Amino acid sequence: MTDISPEQIRYLNQIKRHVYIVRTARIFILFGFLILWELAADTGIIDSFIFSSPSKIVRCFREMVSDHTIFFHIWTTLYETIISFLLVTAFSILAAVLLWSSVKLSEILDPYLVVLNSLPKSALAPLLIVWLGANSKTIIVAGMSVAIFGSILNLYTEFKTVDPEKIKLIYTLHGTKRHALTKVILPGSVPAIISNMKVNIGLCLVGVIIGEFLAARNGLGYLIIYSSQVFKMDWLLMSILLLCIMAMGLYALISLAEKWYLKRNNSGIR
Amino acid sequence: MEPVLELSNVNYAYHTMDGETKALNDISFSVAPGEFVAFVGPSGCGKSTLLSILSGLLKTETGQIRVNGKDLKDSTTNIGYMLQHDHLFEWRTIYHNVLLGLEIQHMLTARTRAKAEELLELYGLKPFADSRPSELSGGMRQRAALIRTLVLEPDILLLDEPFSALDYQTRLSVGDDIGQIIRNAHKTALLVTHDLSEAVSLADRVIILTKRPASVARIVPITFSLEDDTPMHRRDAPEFKTYFNLIWKELNKND
Repeated sequence: MTDISPEQIRYLNQIKRHVYIVRTARIFILFGFLILWELAADTGIIDSFIFSSPSKIVRCFREMVSDHTIFFHIWTTLYETIISFLLVTAFSILAAVLLWSSVKLSEILDPYLVVLNSLPKSALAPLLIVWLGANSKTIIVAGMSVAIFGSILNLYTEFKTVDPEKIKLIYTLHGTKRHALTKVILPGSVPAIISNMKVNIGLCLVGVIIGEFLAARNGLGYLIIYSSQVFKMDWLLMSILLLCIMAMGLYALISLAEKWYLKRNNSGIR
Repeated sequence: MEPVLELSNVNYAYHTMDGETKALNDISFSVAPGEFVAFVGPSGCGKSTLLSILSGLLKTETGQIRVNGKDLKDSTTNIGYMLQHDHLFEWRTIYHNVLLGLEIQHMLTARTRAKAEELLELYGLKPFADSRPSELSGGMRQRAALIRTLVLEPDILLLDEPFSALDYQTRLSVGDDIGQIIRNAHKTALLVTHDLSEAVSLADRVIILTKRPASVARIVPITFSLEDDTPMHRRDAPEFKTYFNLIWKELNKND
């Protein structure tokens, strides 16, 4: 690249400027908000007992880091979310395969799935506590309950929309329905399965927090409910912040897996 | 010579809630080994149904189909089927797409792998063995699909408008190309097409079907007195036009 026309340089500069503006604005909003919040709390415009302040939240986080309690809470929520996410992924793929393999079964179960999917899952949590006890089993099941029915329906729909001609090809090669599943449906649905996972990880976190609200003695959900009851607003806001970071991190992890898959499959291994 | 394929009084109908649609009506014909037969007929007349029945995807209601003297159900003759679209899987390389049939039939051995590589080499796809289907042109994809069928060593090839998804120019060259490949491999082939010039340039015999329900309207043997009988030369020969018009008239007579 030795000769770049002035028009091309102008175009590149335009793009650079755009990226720069977007980035600066993002950082500006974050810091602007934090500074305003801190100032308003310091000068007494807002009551820092109710609204807390960034410095108080940081101090509170430091304290909990030094006595290690925060790691325990983060780990509990993280572990419950990941377990329920893995179970949802495995179960929903399995269930979608079963539904796909039998038209009769899928037609019979369709109304039940639709009802369960539209039911507000938080209503199930008290029931789960009675049935399973106030322990992490309940919380994992609560996490699953939010994601699983939608996930099954999505994957099943995805499986059904696979080009029937591709399945016909399998039969012309004297394959069976099992071959259609393993050679066409599953490998062809990997992108759909991954984007389904992206939705599920967020939903599982929602379910786990609902579960922890009601039936936990640790975890970020517990911390939120407990701190609101004893009016420790620093704790509450810190927990919400940590939840934001955790949700972002988990989502980013799956996006990374997706990128890895796309790269492996589109660049042609030579 | 004993016919490799023999149909007598074959009937077929599709059933839906709205009623019954008859697709094939009393079809009878036979095909000699190594023969290239083309089927032409009005669109939607049941040409593809016929191939689906021969490949075993659909079961006949009445009538008899004999392959190498045996009933189709009991036949061990290997029948290959090539569809209109290549349906190469994007998540597999060209090489692994070609092996799909072998995988399914549990025939993946060192010998069959070598055979697949040999066919890729023969048809100029060797440099693309590790490419994804989207990196290939339409004609190359269709050739890869043909290799996927040929590597199973079929005795009879069923071709369901295999060139119709290609643009006109590619279609001519790929049609000629694949026609030659099949002829040189001495395969018995049944081609369904709506392109009359394709039928005349490739086939030994053209079977004209009536509109739905399809029955055999006329069978036209095609012979060219050419030294080098290739589809390309056929198009230039004087007989080409005669056959074309003959079939064209027959098709329109049935309207």
